[in-house]
Amino acid sequence: MSPSGAELIRKVKSEITETDPQVVHGLLNNGVAIIDVRDGEEWAQGHLPGATHVPRSFLESRIDGVVPDHAQRVILYCASGNRSALAARTLSEDLGYETVESMTGGITLWKDRGYEVEVPKTMTADQRERYSRHILVPEVGESGQQALLDARVLLLGAGGLGSPTALYLAAAGVGTLGIVDNDVVDLSNLQRQVIHTTGRIGVPKVESAAETIHALNPDVEVVQYQTRLDASNIMEIIEGWDIIVDGVDNFPTRYLLNDASVRLQIPVVSASILGFDGQLSIFKPYDGPCYRCLFPEPPPAELAPSCGANGVLGVLPGTMGLLQATEVIKLIIGAGDPAIGRLLLYDALAATLSEVKVRRDPDCPICSRPPESITDAEMGVFPDYEAFCAAAG
Amino acid sequence: MPKIKIPPVLRASVGGEREVDAPGENVRDVLHGLVSAHPATETQLFGGDGELNRYVNVYLNDEDVRVLDGLDTAVGASDVLVILPAMAGG
Repeated sequence: MSPSGAELIRKVKSEITETDPQVVHGLLNNGVAIIDVRDGEEWAQGHLPGATHVPRSFLESRIDGVVPDHAQRVILYCASGNRSALAARTLSEDLGYETVESMTGGITLWKDRGYEVEVPKTMTADQRERYSRHILVPEVGESGQQALLDARVLLLGAGGLGSPTALYLAAAGVGTLGIVDNDVVDLSNLQRQVIHTTGRIGVPKVESAAETIHALNPDVEVVQYQTRLDASNIMEIIEGWDIIVDGVDNFPTRYLLNDASVRLQIPVVSASILGFDGQLSIFKPYDGPCYRCLFPEPPPAELAPSCGANGVLGVLPGTMGLLQATEVIKLIIGAGDPAIGRLLLYDALAATLSEVKVRRDPDCPICSRPPESITDAEMGVFPDYEAFCAAAG
Repeated sequence: MPKIKIPPVLRASVGGEREVDAPGENVRDVLHGLVSAHPATETQLFGGDGELNRYVNVYLNDEDVRVLDGLDTAVGASDVLVILPAMAGG
């Protein structure tokens, strides 16, 4: 006589190894593959931290992609321990996995024991549609898009570089954008600062930028800082952001930002422009060089003209700002080779993009030291600072 | 002959050229060749002590000469020196 379903499950459980939730809890993030074999709706309501979802109905077809090494220890779980027991038998008997266990009592017992459950974030139908072209790209996918939605990126300046960067990061769904700028929109800005409009001349740039961003993508929260970044406010403003995008227009602020970002260990995607030329690099504290390793001192004022004094091709900050936005997105989704330890040089007249190597300076006055040893008094200071600032007016 | 790429801020001192040829077998000779031909570049490149100004980066192809042998770094006929000042425009 054929066994009943309950009898079969009892028999299977007697043949496989069952493991108590307490033991599984001790194995989290420990190189053990923890597989949730429940259905998608159950997974969406919460799962073990670090678990991977392989529904039992797709077990045979998907498990090799998740656990290619059949010698790796695998722990399966479901709601109460029945489906995972059957799945465990399949893995060990049919697929040859060597160490397979089923968690006793499933996630129900896990929760009863008071262990933590991770609830996956899910996108709305509108979000799936809005970001569908991202989700289709393997390097982004659903998890990358979720990372973008969870990311917090601070833009220093809503000017030439900040305008295109902010527009594209907003369109890409970066969930929180901070913008620091003390200026108001001026007619002479509009040749390149495409986030602003003629109707907003005289309006603070942070307000104008926030209005454009909200119209483009209501998913994005904008945090406005209508202030000039200086030594008194920089630590407070930049703390807690994942990535900083540097598009400021003067050297003192670039050095100040460098020192504060090294102290707080926040990566800075930095670009600068002049005329037809652009430079870009990522300064990721302690992983690569910092701004001071590259440029130990700023040039004297006569060799450091500003865009205001010397002009800039309006398209150039667009090009460089979008290279910055690209690097920001790569950092967030963890794709490709970020421009760390390299300075990209764009020459618009020659239509060339070249690069030079940037090394960490073992004697760097800032990043050769532990972050906690950098003091307020040192931040943003460089030799001849007073003379530089006086000359710069 | 080695080539030198001239950054925008120095182009006025070399008659608007973006790239110039300069003879020499090391970085010092090549840059001095530039200075001889275009004296206005001297104070922008070199300090009173004859060393490169700290705010001027010079690369042999893609490597900072400071991590090579500085001004004594050997330069071949097909090499390119890149003079690179910091820019702060945003």
